Amino acid sequence: MAATEAELLDALRAGDEGAFVALVRDYHPSLVRVARMYVSSQATAEEVAQETWLGVLNGIDRFEGRSSLKTWIFRILANIAKTRAVREGRTLPFSALEDPARVPDPAVAADRFLDSEHPRWPGHWAVKPAPWPEDALLAAETRKRLADAIEALPATQRAVLTLRDVEGWSSEEVRNALELSETNQRVLLHRARSKVRAALESYLEQA
Amino acid sequence: MELEQLSCQELVELVTDFVEGALPAEERDRVERHLDTCQGCRTYVEQMRRTIELSGHLTVDDVSPEAELALLEAFRGWRVS
Repeated sequence: MAATEAELLDALRAGDEGAFVALVRDYHPSLVRVARMYVSSQATAEEVAQETWLGVLNGIDRFEGRSSLKTWIFRILANIAKTRAVREGRTLPFSALEDPARVPDPAVAADRFLDSEHPRWPGHWAVKPAPWPEDALLAAETRKRLADAIEALPATQRAVLTLRDVEGWSSEEVRNALELSETNQRVLLHRARSKVRAALESYLEQA
Repeated sequence: MELEQLSCQELVELVTDFVEGALPAEERDRVERHLDTCQGCRTYVEQMRRTIELSGHLTVDDVSPEAELALLEAFRGWRVS
């Protein structure tokens, strides 16, 4: 989006199709991905994203620019998606994070480390990670494995990692769009990145 | 007071806070001191950075032509309303 947000808003309000299509291309895939955290199927997530755009058009004359356009669009999405989730009888996506009894998966499997009772090196690497071969890292197959590992993440982790690392959003933008605390944003990002790294490691070891 | 040395198993759980610059200064020092002497953890942090960097080179999905067309129709409808 080359234009400033004010110019973009003027163009949209004036009915400029090109401006609308550019906005849709920028955000629609992320809207679907975020919606997928709330609802049970890809088709429903697509509907929620479509409905979000109608909400955007209907509200755009009243949008005052107190938040960024991006944040505003994702708030509309969250409201629509939550209503759908409730109707589907689903629990909201971040409720598991609040559960104090929940023990998170370790970033690295416990058997990679020496026992906590080890006399000299408790909790140190039993099997150290090996540096990754640069040529294998840049191969198309590695990229595919990476994409597959991201796809296999639970929906909340996938959304956070994709927005942050694939699309390059700031942590603040992600927090605003997903209505997450700073800590929870980082917890989800940590779990997601750790799993993706582990998947790459296991692939590159065999390669 | 000198804090106890971090173990590698503890360090891997702090890696995201570390690369995100979210650790308090004291914790950050502990991580850096550990990294100074631990090849395995230096490799681990490097792998995390490479993972993030490679993710940034993935292509973002495109909007399906059907979805785009449906939205364009909606936009035209909104414009005349």
